[in-house]
Order: sequence, then structure tokens, then C-alpha cells
Amino acid sequence: MTGTDFDLAVIGAGPAGMSAAAAAAEAGLRVILLDEQRGPGGQIYRAIEEEGLKDPVILGPDYRHGTSVAKRLRASTATYASETMAWLVDRTDEGFAVACSSPGGSRMLTARRLVVATGAMERPVPVPGWTLPGVMSAGAAQIMLKQSGIVAGGDDGIVLAGCGPLLFLLAAQYVRAGAKIAAILETTTLRDRIYALRHLPGALRGHAYLTKGLGLLAEIRRARVPVLSGVSDIRIDGEDSAEAISFIHRGALRRMIARTIVLHEGVVPNTQLPAALGCRMIWDGDQACWRPELGRFGATSEPGIHVAGDGGGIDGAKSAELSGELAALGIARDLGSLSAGDADARAARLEAALGRDRAVRPFLERLYRPHLSVPKADDTIVCRCEEITAGEIRAIAAGGCPGPNQMKSFCRAGMGPCQGRMCSLTVTRLMADVRQESPSVVGYYRLRMPIKPVTVAEMAELSDGSGGIL
Amino acid sequence: MFEAKLKTASGKVAFTIDGKPHEAPDGVTIAEAMLLAGLDHTRLSPVGKQPRAPYCMMGVCFECLVTVDGVAGRQGCMIRLCEGMAIVRQAGKVKLAP
Repeated sequence: MTGTDFDLAVIGAGPAGMSAAAAAAEAGLRVILLDEQRGPGGQIYRAIEEEGLKDPVILGPDYRHGTSVAKRLRASTATYASETMAWLVDRTDEGFAVACSSPGGSRMLTARRLVVATGAMERPVPVPGWTLPGVMSAGAAQIMLKQSGIVAGGDDGIVLAGCGPLLFLLAAQYVRAGAKIAAILETTTLRDRIYALRHLPGALRGHAYLTKGLGLLAEIRRARVPVLSGVSDIRIDGEDSAEAISFIHRGALRRMIARTIVLHEGVVPNTQLPAALGCRMIWDGDQACWRPELGRFGATSEPGIHVAGDGGGIDGAKSAELSGELAALGIARDLGSLSAGDADARAARLEAALGRDRAVRPFLERLYRPHLSVPKADDTIVCRCEEITAGEIRAIAAGGCPGPNQMKSFCRAGMGPCQGRMCSLTVTRLMADVRQESPSVVGYYRLRMPIKPVTVAEMAELSDGSGGIL
Repeated sequence: MFEAKLKTASGKVAFTIDGKPHEAPDGVTIAEAMLLAGLDHTRLSPVGKQPRAPYCMMGVCFECLVTVDGVAGRQGCMIRLCEGMAIVRQAGKVKLAP
């Protein structure tokens, strides 16, 4: 028996976290699963345990699969803490201390091992006017749909702009819900389609995803939603809120009235926590994002810390579930509650399933390569918190600013409440462009705990009375 | 323009925004309730006093920061709306809780 509260703390209750917590508990470990939301599911299975929409067809069968993952979690002995935000993780002699806050107050718990399952966030889409009210991300629109049955756009309809599977999934869900879509402005070019074909043979191993994608496109076509492809130079105009969207299509500048605009260019790993924990990060050129370097069982470069799910690289919900279980097996094996033989045999089956599930990814990554995420127009706001533009970042980079951390000192980019979440990728890529270097050379913001803004009162509650907090 | 119309009708929650009474379906977050109320913006940014509204709805962008029952800088998309909540839109820089 050790002196820690738990053998394993899992942060994030999406598919990876739910499956990691359940599998580890089934293997006999004492597990706690911490999550900010009021129910399990993460973003992909948001509100999965709630009553749901009047018409379950709107969200589709892949969403409903989340019910079985949540059931497995509930049937296990894992402690599930909802509405609990982990904001600091520190190393102790026996493992880790995790500081977290919930409506009842803040507390510190300890665990021998850590699984970071903080999932994905949407790639920021910095186009001129993206800070105007009326503009939001596709994920935001989908979360409101799943959680509260809210549709945006009214009689004018919404405009969807960008690329990626989620954009078309949302469009199909809006069609099923009878909501109006004014237009889909797709940034994917003919060149993207041709280059993606090279990856099609490999993707056929994941033909279920291709079939689903073609089905979504057919639904959108049948509903006669206008789809314009190869759109570029998107700009949103408006004084106090979005009024119109302009763009270049087939060489001509076009402008549409639009009051509700949804932007999307794929999702990227949410790397705040692993980066703040000092896990080695690598630049993934195909996905154009950072991800932690992972070994077997999702082990990071930092002993005792595993990453499972999209936080380790974007592979989708099914892979996340498999990788969560894999991380749990590795930890149970390491802590001696599963024999090496047992764990390895199960891991081999999971790894084979992961290989099949990921087969479609190179095709999707090439087809839906982001086009808007490195802004061309100098007046584009890059850091929404501090209101720093692409022009300012480029000028400071051209003046010899050596990296993103120095960029903070020059202009405060990345120093607002979002802690660089919304500008980090853009700043790195803008600097890489100016300096003609790879983003892997430019690097990323240094992240520090707490990884979420907390009040002094929340910190003070953790005091043991000796004057120190930790 | 936002409408909550795809769920079976649930109870209503009464709350205020800037002192004015509003109602929203039970179960929505503060950020959703503010969008459903049809506000043209949910805050003015601290640096340039630009109108802003929720962008990500998942706790990443911090655009939905509001004052809830006197506590400033709370993430509206992460908090469930409760009966009687007093929500105040923030205009520029605000004094945070200690």
C-alpha cells in the first residue's frame, strides 16, 4: 500500500479518459477521473448521458456509441469527478499531486501515475473579422447542438467556411435538423484532392470512414446546400457584429451577407498540460500541429505520464478509446496489477485495431490541409486576448525576435487569459514563415502551471496551514 | 440568431443580464443563455473594448468571460445557468476576485 490517494489520475473524460479509467479500474487499480464538464463524454460525446435531442437521427450512430463507453466507466470502480478542473500538476516522491477546483472548492489529490486525456481543440482560424460576434467555431456550434439542441443562423441560415470532416458532419446534422445553411465555403482545392488520391489505397483499410464521409456529402448535396470549393482570402466584415463574408472564388472577389458564420480547419491536440509538464513535444508536419512524443502505451518522455486520445495526435474518437485502454494496460502492467504476458497480449490486439482505425488519416490530412491558419492579411488579429495582428508578429519576427517566448515580451501575444491557446500555433507558423525555418526550430510558448486561471482563494484553500501551498 | 428547438421542452430558468430579466431552457450554460437572449455581444474586450461573443464553447478561447453573481472573469461556457443568477456583461478591464 502506498501513501497516495490513487494509483492513477486520469484528466479528461472523453473517449480516451473514460476508457483509460475504466480499463485501469477493471485491472484492479484505484483510479480517479477528473473532468470539467457536468457529465462524461468529452466534446465528441458531449451530453451523452443526458436525455438527448427529440430526434436521435440528427446526431447519428457514431455519437450514440459514446453511451457504451460511458456505461463501461459507470460500471467500473473508478471514481469519476465531474465539474472538476485540474489546474496544476506537480511531481512528488511517490508520483503526482493534482490541484483541482470544483463548485464545492479546491483540493489536492495524489496519484502514482497520470494519464493526460485532454483531447483536441479546434485549430484557430485567424481570418480578418474572426473576433466579431456572430462568428464561432464549428465545434462550438456542434456542442450547442448536442448539449442543448440549439441551432444557429435562423431564417438567414449559417455560413460554414473552411475544411475538414467536422465541417461536413455539422452541415449534415444541420440538414437533418431542418436548419438552414446559406452556403458552405470550402477551402479545399483541386490540388488537395489530387494529392490526397495518393493516400486513397491506404485509406481503403478504413473504408467505413470513407463511406460515412461520402454519405454526409450526399446528404448535403440532396438538401441543395450551395457548396463553393477552392475558396480563399476569406474576410468577415461588420461594425459591431458579423454582417458579410467576402472571399475569392474562381478568381473573382465575392461577398455574401452573413450574420452567423462558423469557421473550421480541423482539430489539433490540446497540448497545454503535457507541454507544461515538460513532456517532449514534436512538430507534426502532416497535421500541422504540435504533439507529445509518445512511446509504447502512450508513455511520454516524462516518467509516469501517459497521453491517450487526440491529445497525442488527431486520430478520432474510436482510436482515442483504444489508446485510453492501451495506456491503462501499460500502467497496470508497470504497477504489477496485470502480468506482462496478459497486458502484452491484450495490447497487441489493441495496437492492431488502432492501425486499422488510423489507416484513413493520411488521406484526410492531405485532403483537408489547412489554408487559413497562417493569415495573409496583416490586419488579421492573431492573439485575440491582447489584440496583436499578423502584421505586428511578422514585423517583430523580421526584426530578429528569436522565438515565441521573446515574442511575448515584445508585444504580449499569448499572455492573456487563454494562455496562448488561441494564438500559439499561428505565432509559431508566422515566425517560421518569416525566418524560413521549420516550426520545430521556432518552438512554442513555454507553458507554466496553473494551466487554467484560478483565483487566489482557490489556491489558498489548498494551504496546509504551514504558510506554503504545495 | 440562436434557437433552442431540438430538445423536448424542459423547464425554464429565470435569470438577469445587466439587471434585465430573461428566461432560458433548463440545462443550458450561461454562454448559451446569453446567445439565446439575442445579445449583439457578450463582453467588450479589455484591450480595445471590441465587442466579443463566445467562440469555442469548450473552455479554450475565454471570449465568454462574464461576471456571475458578483464574481468577474468566469467562463460562461463552462457554467450551467441556475435559477436567479445575476449575469453582468464586462465592458473592458474588470476588477477580478481576490
